[in-house]
Amino acid sequence: MTHINIASLEVGQEIGKTEFLLTRDSLVRYAGASGDFNQIHYRDDVAAAVGLPGVLAHGMLTMGAAVQVAVDWVGNAGAVVDYQVRFTKPVVVDPVDGAVLVVTGKVGEIDAENKIVRVDLEAVFADTKVLGKAQARVQL
Amino acid sequence: MVNPNVQGKKYPATDPYLVGREKIREFAHAVKSTNPMNLDVFAAQAAGYTDVIAPPTFAVVIQERSLATVLADPEADIDFSRVVHGDQRFIHARPIVAGDELVSELEVASVKSLGAHSMVTFETKIYDFEKELVCTAISTLVVRGDE
Repeated sequence: MTHINIASLEVGQEIGKTEFLLTRDSLVRYAGASGDFNQIHYRDDVAAAVGLPGVLAHGMLTMGAAVQVAVDWVGNAGAVVDYQVRFTKPVVVDPVDGAVLVVTGKVGEIDAENKIVRVDLEAVFADTKVLGKAQARVQL
Repeated sequence: MVNPNVQGKKYPATDPYLVGREKIREFAHAVKSTNPMNLDVFAAQAAGYTDVIAPPTFAVVIQERSLATVLADPEADIDFSRVVHGDQRFIHARPIVAGDELVSELEVASVKSLGAHSMVTFETKIYDFEKELVCTAISTLVVRGDE
């Protein structure tokens, strides 16, 4: 059940765009919720010691937030039947200003027979794409 | 270097993980979800689910439990401090629902070397209490070698 009429969709059509503010608080919250307590996600000294430019957002936080653009479009988190990303660039989270992640979703492919739409997600931080091949297949 | 001989190695099923409603809500807030299916029992039930459903990437929590057994396996010889997450995929047979009791079984799908680095791909199958497949999680870790 969905409000989306698959016949009216076109490849390349934008389906949504959301700006996510990732702060250090967001990282601590994600660490607790996911159980990923790698210290590079909350300690500047540890991040520096392993040669990173700063504390990084969990790749899985970026992945989890980005798919919300597809979820919001279809209205049901359970409609995402297949979701993949490649982690290509780090998201450095400033202790004061955080990091702004801008996610845009576009129709990548339409499978009218099975009513599955591939949504291609573009996640940009500081003018750089941070995810590669970010594709969510959504069952309408 | 990761031991190439662990390619094809299967790890035993993890202990069951009981998916809690508040855990789903906590995870949903953490990934900035505002989807009522993740948060509101009545909305989820109106859509035909028995309880709130998890966001699409929640399966990582279950995957990590299997991954932890591999990282603790001396035969695999994976130095966690050198690990970078390369890519991730979740193929869902159905969404994870609050109340599910899930186990996962991990297989090392491939070990490749890329210069001094190793790329290890894990395939984790997540099953419910009835042994029905819920999700297949595929994860590639890059293990940095000595520069």
